Amino acid sequence: MGREHFEHKADIGVRGRGHTLEAAFEECALSMVEVFVDTSRINPKKAHKIELEGTDNGALLVSFLNELLFLKDSKKRIYSKFRVKLGKEHKVDEKGNVKEVVTLKGTLFGEKINFNKHVFRTDVKAATYSELFAGEKNKEFIAQCVVDV
Amino acid sequence: MFKKVNFMEIKKLSKYVYEMQKEGKMTLSPKIYANEEMISVLRGEEKNKNNSLKQLENLTTLPGLLGVVCLSDLHIGYGAPIGTTTASDLKEGVITFAATGFDINCGVHSLVVPLSAKEVEEKKGQLAEQLFKDIPAGVGIGGKLKLNVSEMDELLMGGAEYAVAKGYGSKKDLQMIEEKGKIKGVDTASVSTKAKERATDQVGTLGSGNHYCEVQKIEKVFDEKAAKAFGLNEGGTFVSIHCGSRALGHQIGTDYLPILDAAVKKYNISIPERDLVCAPISSEEGQKYFSAIKAGSNAAFANRQVIGVLVKRVFEKVFEINEKEIKTFYDIGHNTAKIEKHFVDGKKREVLVQRKGSTRGFGPGNLEVPLKYRKFGQPVIVGGSMGTNSFILKGTTKAMSETFGSTIHGAGRSMSRTEALRGASGEEILKQLAEKGILIKARSVKGLSEEAPGAYKDILSVVEVMHQSGISEKVAKLKPLVCVKG
Repeated sequence: MGREHFEHKADIGVRGRGHTLEAAFEECALSMVEVFVDTSRINPKKAHKIELEGTDNGALLVSFLNELLFLKDSKKRIYSKFRVKLGKEHKVDEKGNVKEVVTLKGTLFGEKINFNKHVFRTDVKAATYSELFAGEKNKEFIAQCVVDV
Repeated sequence: MFKKVNFMEIKKLSKYVYEMQKEGKMTLSPKIYANEEMISVLRGEEKNKNNSLKQLENLTTLPGLLGVVCLSDLHIGYGAPIGTTTASDLKEGVITFAATGFDINCGVHSLVVPLSAKEVEEKKGQLAEQLFKDIPAGVGIGGKLKLNVSEMDELLMGGAEYAVAKGYGSKKDLQMIEEKGKIKGVDTASVSTKAKERATDQVGTLGSGNHYCEVQKIEKVFDEKAAKAFGLNEGGTFVSIHCGSRALGHQIGTDYLPILDAAVKKYNISIPERDLVCAPISSEEGQKYFSAIKAGSNAAFANRQVIGVLVKRVFEKVFEINEKEIKTFYDIGHNTAKIEKHFVDGKKREVLVQRKGSTRGFGPGNLEVPLKYRKFGQPVIVGGSMGTNSFILKGTTKAMSETFGSTIHGAGRSMSRTEALRGASGEEILKQLAEKGILIKARSVKGLSEEAPGAYKDILSVVEVMHQSGISEKVAKLKPLVCVKG
């Protein structure tokens, strides 16, 4: 259902909308990548799998976006297509307590950075908890937060 | 349906000092250094759901705060507003992510070049090209130094000293860096392998966004005595390098967000918004995060020291000058967390000072100020926005008693990036600045549009408020000649 950047005086807000929360996560990821690079020039030729967990969907969204930034800087890989599966698992912590965590299993499609081809914009330092929302609102799913640029 | 706006009560204490009145869960009344126009802009923003005063209100609900001060470059951030200093009690207080942010120890490293601005202007084009070639800048661009994880540990402990040991500069340079370029007490285990992996090729790189390397003319000297001690002559040449701890700092922030989020629940801390995640300073989580900030700060000092030397070498290539003749003027960070001694209720004591978009501005005689400058106060480098003036100020005794020795770091944004993008294009801005004699070299022309001079507050009024209020005094004004950006 789409994506957009929303206003923030110092930084920038990234928002994805979808019929499912997974689709909203995928759109939000693309919205963030578009802040730092022209995604139309990224060929989604290589798939890369990731698995993440968090205490709730909001924290998981922030971890997901930050993972994309980590892969850009450390592995020099950028992505333009995302497939996300969200779930719940029960885990036992150090003290033996069972707690529920939310999980993300994702496939990222993209390629290695090529400076002759990819047009970079303003770098994104990190996704933040500011204006963070991951859930249903007015019969659609929204995934959003402010990213530090 | 109109949303009810809850306007905060702001009391005017003097011409340039205001106080936001304590309400609800706020634990104190923060001070704001501003002029009337700045206050009216802050008021205008209150209709928005997220605004600077709301962030300030939220911030001041945190436990153990001893003081919150906003300087004239105040503007909205994430969690805490930019241009803010907090001081917290070491036992009762918390260390807050938002009060330091992701770009740990982002700051300015500066040089005084023994060439007249006239000489530099004659070779401006060549200088810009060489700087653009030799200073790695932009998204994904790595530097010459490639470190493995164990070398990263040495960097995190050694800071600028590590850069000097690797052949970048001399020990003399270290005297001219805040904390001598090395904050002690780093536990490298507090920084994840992921953070170290993310930045292995980033030492000596500028990055992008509002980071830059600018060659400037010392256009006007306001305080002859201080300028003399600082080595600043009217018509001389100055260089400002603005950048931080790069992806290492960003990853430290990223790693600690969920840790601090969990700490809020574990220690039952009440926070009004999730972006104020924090941990008690004395807790294990708080101590680890503090250590990681120190490590990130050291990485930033090393990064800027390396770039400083690369810039000196560029001058050596372009002009008949030896790199050793170019002096490191000062290096100061503006996203920091430090234990410092300050007067609280008439007693001097150790407190945690977090500065977000705010620098130290220590007064005369302070032992943290390099000996050469100590009599006059610490140099404060205030970075202007692209194409506008920058300033050198000096710290004052008044700052020590009123603002926890803190002052402004720059102009502060006045326009969102999306608004700025709707304005002049990057190409138009390049042309307009060239007409003013300012040469910009940037990898991202779109990025230039986001950083347009009009997207920031007027630096002249931001500086004037600090000068008139006696927190930091004007020493010199700088005019940009060449600016290299990512």
